[in-house]
Formats: sequence, C-alpha cells, structure tokens
Amino acid sequence: MLVLSVTLAIFLIVGGLLVYALIKFRHRPTDSDHEPAQIYGSTQIELSWTVIPILIVVTLFLTTTRVIWQTEAAPKPAGAVDVIVVGHQFWWEYKYPKLGVVTANELHIPASDPSHPTPTYLEMSSADVSHSFWVPRLAGKTDLIPNRVNTMWMDPSQPGLYLGQCAQYCGTQHAKMLLRVYVDSPADFAAWIKKQQQPATRDLSGNPLAQEGQKIFLGTACISCHAVAGTPANGRFGPDLTHLASRDTIGSGAIPNTPQNLRAWVADPNAMKPGSLMPSMHLNDHDLDAITAYLTTLQ
Amino acid sequence: MMQTNTIPIAIDEQPWVLPNKGIVGMWCLIAAEAAIFLIFVTAYLFYLGKSLTGPTPAQVLELPIVGTICLLSSSITVHMAVAALRKGNIRGCTLGLGGTVALASAFLVTTAQEWHHLIYDFGLTIRTNLFGTTYYSLVGLHATHVIVGLLLLIAAFFFSLSGRVTEHHAERLEVLSLYWHFVDAVWVVVFLVVYVIGR
Amino acid sequence: MATSTTGLEAIDVTAPPTQPPGPSLIYQWLTTVDHKKIGLMYIVYALLFLVVAGIEAMIMRVQLAVPNNHAVSPQVFNQLFTMHGTTMIFFVAVPVLFGFGNYLIPLMIGARDMAFPRLNAFSFWISAFGGLLLYLSYFAGSGLYGAGAAPDVGWFAYAPLTAKVFSPGHSSDYWTLSVLLSGIGTTGTAINIVATAFCMRCKGMTLMRMPLLVWLFVVASCMVFAAVSPLTAAQIMLCLDRYLGSHFFDTQAGGSAVLWMHFFWIFGHPEVYILILPTFAFVNEIIPVFSRKAIFGYPAMVAASVAIGFVSLSVWAHHMFTIGLGPAGNTFFVFATMVVSVPTGIKMFNWLATIWGGKVIYRVPMLFCVGFLFQFLIAGLTGIMLSAAPFDWQLSASYFVVAHFHYVIVGGILFSLFGAFYYWYPKVTGRMMSETLGKWHFWMFVIGFHLTFDFMHIPGLLGMPRRIYTYEAGRGWELWNIIIGIGAIIQGVATLIFVYNLIYSYFRGPEAGPDPWDAWTLEWSTTSPPPDYNFAIEPSVSSARPLWDLKHPEDQDSRYE
Repeated sequence: MLVLSVTLAIFLIVGGLLVYALIKFRHRPTDSDHEPAQIYGSTQIELSWTVIPILIVVTLFLTTTRVIWQTEAAPKPAGAVDVIVVGHQFWWEYKYPKLGVVTANELHIPASDPSHPTPTYLEMSSADVSHSFWVPRLAGKTDLIPNRVNTMWMDPSQPGLYLGQCAQYCGTQHAKMLLRVYVDSPADFAAWIKKQQQPATRDLSGNPLAQEGQKIFLGTACISCHAVAGTPANGRFGPDLTHLASRDTIGSGAIPNTPQNLRAWVADPNAMKPGSLMPSMHLNDHDLDAITAYLTTLQ
Repeated sequence: MMQTNTIPIAIDEQPWVLPNKGIVGMWCLIAAEAAIFLIFVTAYLFYLGKSLTGPTPAQVLELPIVGTICLLSSSITVHMAVAALRKGNIRGCTLGLGGTVALASAFLVTTAQEWHHLIYDFGLTIRTNLFGTTYYSLVGLHATHVIVGLLLLIAAFFFSLSGRVTEHHAERLEVLSLYWHFVDAVWVVVFLVVYVIGR
Repeated sequence: MATSTTGLEAIDVTAPPTQPPGPSLIYQWLTTVDHKKIGLMYIVYALLFLVVAGIEAMIMRVQLAVPNNHAVSPQVFNQLFTMHGTTMIFFVAVPVLFGFGNYLIPLMIGARDMAFPRLNAFSFWISAFGGLLLYLSYFAGSGLYGAGAAPDVGWFAYAPLTAKVFSPGHSSDYWTLSVLLSGIGTTGTAINIVATAFCMRCKGMTLMRMPLLVWLFVVASCMVFAAVSPLTAAQIMLCLDRYLGSHFFDTQAGGSAVLWMHFFWIFGHPEVYILILPTFAFVNEIIPVFSRKAIFGYPAMVAASVAIGFVSLSVWAHHMFTIGLGPAGNTFFVFATMVVSVPTGIKMFNWLATIWGGKVIYRVPMLFCVGFLFQFLIAGLTGIMLSAAPFDWQLSASYFVVAHFHYVIVGGILFSLFGAFYYWYPKVTGRMMSETLGKWHFWMFVIGFHLTFDFMHIPGLLGMPRRIYTYEAGRGWELWNIIIGIGAIIQGVATLIFVYNLIYSYFRGPEAGPDPWDAWTLEWSTTSPPPDYNFAIEPSVSSARPLWDLKHPEDQDSRYE
C-alpha cells in the first residue's frame, strides 16, 4: 500500500543519512583540536525539507481520503443483509429485523458474490458501556456506543469461520467477549436462517429429564434474563437461548459448548468467566442435570 | 580541576526591561481557566435541546439584568481602584475596592436568589435533566470564581483600609484586577450562551 | 553587540560556609522553595514511580506470556494496566520532565530562581500528594471485587464505564482525584515556567538567544494551559455525575459517551506532545555539544516547535476514528495529524544537519540521543501509518498502537531522558556517572527495548487487541508475547543498572568540575553543584551560546546574529 511504501522509503533515506553522518563525522583521535566549522542554518535547505514533506503529506492525505469516502459513504446494494448488533457486558446480541431472527454470540452471514453482492450491514449500539466489533479478516473495527448508532458493512467472498473479539475495554471480561462470524454459502445461510426462525417447540415427551429441566427453567429466575421463543421466557438482559445448542461455544466464544461445560456454567458462571454478570443460581446436582438436559434440546 | 569561566558584566547600554511576572503569570492562569470554561460552555451548547425530560431554559430562565449590571460595574470600580493607587490616592483605592466588594456581593446574592427560585419553584436541580446539569455546573463554576475573587478583594480592601497599601503595590493590585476582569468577561459569555442563545 | 568591560571572576564559592548549621535536612527539603531542590524532588519521586509502574508492567507480561494463564485474576490485571498507564504518564513522565525543567531553566537564563518559588513548591507537593492518593487505592476498602480499590477503567477512563452504576465503589474516584491534583500541579509549574522565561532572563538574553530547551518548555507549558484544563473540566463533570447525580456522561439520561472521548482526547493528545517537547529540549542541548557544532537552524527549530504546539491541539480525534465520526470528521483529523508530521520532520532534519560536518563524540549522553533519533523516526513513521484512518480502523486499540506509543514514549522520551540524566548529573552532583555502567545500561536497554517493542507490532497486526488479560491459544500470538516478555526483563535489568549507577556515582564518581562536556550554555558556568543563589552576579550575554563566545573570542556567535 502507498502508506507503507512511503514510510519505508522515508525510513531508509533518513535512517541511511543518519547512519552515514554518525559514522563519517565521528570524532577520530587523530583529529586536530579545532572545533568543526559552525554552521548556523540555511534558509534554502530548510525550505526544501519543509516543502517536500508537505508534498508527501498532501499525496498521502488525498489517497487516504479517497479510501475513507469509498468505505464510509459506500452505497448500500439491494441484496444487503441487515443485522442489528447490540453490545452487552460481555456478550453480543444479534437481530435480523427483516428475517425475524434473534440470536447471540455467533453471527452467521452469507458469502457475497461480486456479480450479485449481498454484503452484511451492521447497525450497532450498546446496552451498557462502549464495545467494539473487530473481526480483522472481515473489516476494520467500529465501536458500539450507548445512546448512539454506528453502522458498518462486511462483504466477504470466502465461506469460513472468522474470529475476532471486542476491541474496546468494557470491564472485567473484555478479554473473553469473543466474536465468531460464520460466513456461510448462500444456501447454508438460508438453511440456518430457517432453523433460527423456528421457536423451541421440540417435543420433549421422550426425555423426562429435559421436561423436568424445562419446568425448572421456566419456574426459576432464569426467565428474567433469558428468552426462549415459544415459551413464556422473554428476558432480554442475557443472551437469547432459543437455539443455544446449535452454537459451538458458550460464554461468547469463551468455552466450547459441551454438556459438561454447559452444566458447569449454569452451576457457577463466575468460576469459568470471572466477572460475568450471570449469577450462580445455586441449583442442586439433580436440577443441574435436568437443566443441562433441557438446554441441550434447544437446537 | 576547578575552572571558573568568566562572565562579562556589561556596564553600558539601554536598560534591560522585561514584562512584569505577576501580569504574565495571571494571563497564563487566565488562559488555563478560559480553557476550563470553554469545555463547560461546549457541554452546555452540545446538550441544548437534548434533555429527555423536565423544564427547558425558556420555561424557567429570566434575564439576570440586575446581577449583570452589578458585576460589570464592579470591573469599573476595580479599575478605578487601581488607577487611584497608581497616583498614590489610597483613599480612592479603598473606595474603589469597597465598591467592587459590594457589587460582587450583590451579584452573588442575585445568583443565590435565582437558584432558590429554580430549585424550590421549578424543582430544577443538577440531576433533573441535561439542562439542569449543564446550567448549574457552568453558572456554579463561574460563581465559584467570583467567590474566590471576592475573598481576595475583601482582603485587599481591608489591607487598603488599614493603610497597609501603598503606591508600590499598584502592579500587584493590577494583577488582581486582571483576574476580576476575566471573571466578568466569562460572565458576558455565560450570559450570552445561557440566557440569550440557550433560551 | 559586544559587552564593554573585561569580566570579573565568578566568585569562588568553594570556601566553606561560615554560618551556623541550619535547620534539619528533612525540614529543609520539606519547606524548600529553591527550584533546584524542587526539581530534584520531582525527579527522585518520578524514578520511584518508574520502578513501581515498571513492576506493574512486568506482572502483566508474565500473565500474558502464555495463553489462558492464571498468574493474576482478570480484576487485578485490569487494575494493573490502568495503574501502569496512569502512573507512567502523570506520575513519572510529567514530574521527571518538569523536574528537569525546574532545575535547568533558571540556570540557563541566568536567573536566581523561578518566577514564583512558593507556587513551585506548592505545585510539587500537590502532584506528589496526587500520586500517593492514587496508590492508596491499592490498600483502600473493597472496590468492585474486593481486590483493593485501585482503578480498573483504563488510563483514559471512558464513560460510561466510569459511571457509578458500572464502577461502584471508589476506584474511579481515586483515578479522577489523583489525576486532577496532578493537573493542578502541572498547571502551576507551567505558569511558573512561562513567567520565568519571559520575565527573568539575564541581560542581553533576548528570546532568540534563549537555549532551545527553554523555548520548548515554554511551548509545552502553553500547551498545558490549553490541554490540561479540558481534562480538569471533564473530571469535575465526572465527579458531579458520580456524586451529585448529574448527567454529563449518563447515557441513560441522554448524555453522551462520545463527549467524554472528545474532552479526554482534547487533553490526551496534546499531553503526549507536552511530554515530547521537553524530550526534544534535551536532545537540542546534547546533540550540538557532542557533535561540536551549533544547532542547525535555531529560528526554524523555534518555529517548528511553536507549530507543533498549535497543530497538535487540533488532531485529537485520531484516537476516535472508530467511533463513527463520519467521513468528513475523519478526513479532517487525518489531515491535521498528517500535517503535524511536517514540523516534526523539520526537527529531525535539523538534528541530522547538526551532526553533519561535526565531530561526533560517543559518550553515553550522545549514545542515548542516537538511540532516540532512530527510534523516534520509526515511531513517527508508524504514527503516519496510523494517521491513515482506514489503517487505523484495523489497528486502533490493538497491540500495534501499544507498540507505537511505547516506541515514542520509551524509545523516544525515555532514551532522551536517560541522555539528560548522564549529561546533567555532573552539574547537579559535581560527579561524573560511570561511563562503563552507562554503556552497559545503554546497550542492554537497546536490546531489551527492540525485543519488546519491535516485535510488539506483530500481534497487533495479527489481531490482538489491547487490555485483555488473556487470550486463546491458536491465534498466533504466543511466540510474540514471550519475546516481548524477555525484552521487558532485559529492560528492567538495564534500569536497575542505571539506578545503581546513579547511587554509586554519587559517592564514587570522579569529580566533574563546572564544565565537563565543554558545553556552551550558562548552567555550565556555575560550580557543580551550583550555589544556592545560582549566579553571584547577573550574567550578561550576547548570543545563544555565551560560553562558546568566551571560549572562542575569535569566532563568536554574536558576530553571526
């Protein structure tokens, strides 16, 4: 890129001149005692090394400006996918308003084909303090600031899993507010959306432990923070759990999503992610097993 | 080995005159304080019209004409005090300072009355809404500066009254009056921003 | 303009004092208003905090050496980076630089003391109290998680993380109040410096004959007025929010988190220029002496310094490229930031031209200045990279930025500061520092510095954000974090060598005499250490290098003015 090559050139030229001067003009023991000629300045030289940097600055500025406007003022194509992102201490809420999907922590977006672009446009804000959405291989970062809406877009062409994390210090577990962006092929993305649009109405009759778990879930304080579509649970303080079991991780990317980990999390979230705002519900062993069984049915 | 370099001492030439350090120091302080006020004024302007609830400036503010006249006149009286002192007129200086103290106190009284009215009749406090926050902090910061100046002026007044002030103190009194003029200039800005533009 | 008479001998002050012994040493230092003693107190105070903040950095590097480490808890780590940053900026860099200024400025302009000695003492003690208050927080009552109440909001304390609801307890208050006190002290010293430079110069010393060091401190002090006050204002607002329930930064009531960012960075960016200008000041004095040539382009250096002062007040939102300013706002701040590189570059070129054609003597002060020149060049170039907003959208808040600013502060400011220590130590104490230990210090520090901060750019480029207490394995960051840690240890050892050198040389260093470096400014005309009153008789100068004129009567600077 132009900036890199210009800075490298400046480094080589100025650094080279410095090295040269420091070697050539060093004091040698064989030198006479006279002081060297005292030169106080030269207006021409001063002018030249003022004007040339100004020209360099103008060039860099103009190219940078063009990129800024190309990025931030880019027109939004018709095929764009809209996602609303809300930052929380220490998890990510994602809503697809036109598709009726609410999820958390793992973002799925379609790969975009240059001939028929389907970039993802994110509208971002925060429910508490400032956060920042940074997935380096997809885009630069943009901050999520309370009482303010920022927008950015991503236009990936390669499917895959892209990792990132919150990039604005937001409290104790800033380090584990991880980002997992799954760029799916258009077909996979459509399938994922379809699944996410379903409420959690899986038939639990063959799974008595899970049924018990559901009863405990709906009867405890869980529902004051969490939502499961298709049940009375409609809390919005914590992540939406409707399709919890379809995610690869829990704790916003911090912990692999296995039944043992899930159980340990519910038992004491702060043991796994100290500073997490989810309190331990102090459930007994049996209830923990039941809840875990229920949660693993939330595909 | 000890070596003493000789520094030539000049005997001829024009007098070497440098600015008065009190005046320079006070201008520096004024620059710093002006920057603080600028930030509070910026916050005030930024939050104009953004309060989510509560009384608006137009609903509760009245032009503080009396207080403003008092405060701005006090700049004249303090200037007169300095001018008098320069000429060795101690009595004139005392009168000028006394007048300044009186006018400054009157200003503070009118501010206190205004705040009493706002708090008890409109229920506007610093935590009511963004207007309350920015209004009380800006006007309060200014009032704090008035109080500090007033204390210094009272001290100067009593020194002058008891005959301890002479012509030689004129520059020092000028430094104090410079501070006072700054406080008045800030009031002009606050007046315009809060009571004219803001309403 | 020649002075008319032959000189009087400077009064020999080696005769023992005949007064009776004065008050106790402690009382003397506690109540002194002498700029030299106050300057030394600032410097010693800063060195103590340098060691403390350095230890905080070491602990962080240990925690980050391997992924998913458990050396310290996340709460403690978050306190460590907050305290490290806050301490280093407010209780190390500011005091040590203004301490040097305090000591040197009156001596360099032929004055007896600063303009307001009592204000000087007040400024020191209130800053000192601020630092102690900040560290009291470690021992104070339970903060958010009972791990003492040291602040854990980052050194820039973004709202609304600092609101009472997100930072209960008093940790944020310790940050706010201690930094507020430090700001008051800094403002007082700045007033003193400006008044001293304008009103206390000796005869013949016009503004364009002042040592460049004095110019740079004057510009830095003027910037203090413009920049520290916004922070003071913002902190008052934060206190009002936390304690009187006001809504300056209360986003639930319509307040703005972005407003804090603007106010903080209107302070924060000029602040780092306030730190770098005294750094330039030291380099401006040392390079000419060790190149045996006058500084090239004195008027251009003055103009460039003033230009930096002005332009740096307008660049602040390059810390906010990612907050959604919009393309117009971003464009303006890109422009301003790139423009500030022009006067800065002019200074680099002038230093190069000073060395060019000289006879460079590689004593320890010059070694550190050479390190400074290369490292500041690199730091400036990574700064230009970051000034391109799209570049910054990737690298802001990553380890690339951390590497950049440490490159400036450690590679630039600290190196130049070390040079200043070695250069002026003989004047302050009357003894030379050990050249051998100095060289060990220099080379070890260079190696450690480059190991840590060159390689620190890489995790940033690989996506590692800052202020994280741990990281997942498999991101490719592990090797770099280990190298960074090793470099940190080496720097720590080098610093200990330096501290040892300071203490050892005080007792065993060879005697220095008044002018060991064959230098040209007025402070080298007094004894080492200078007498309490600095100059027995007010000197009179006719050029920017009064001692050069004396030593080279056939080729005086005053002829070329």
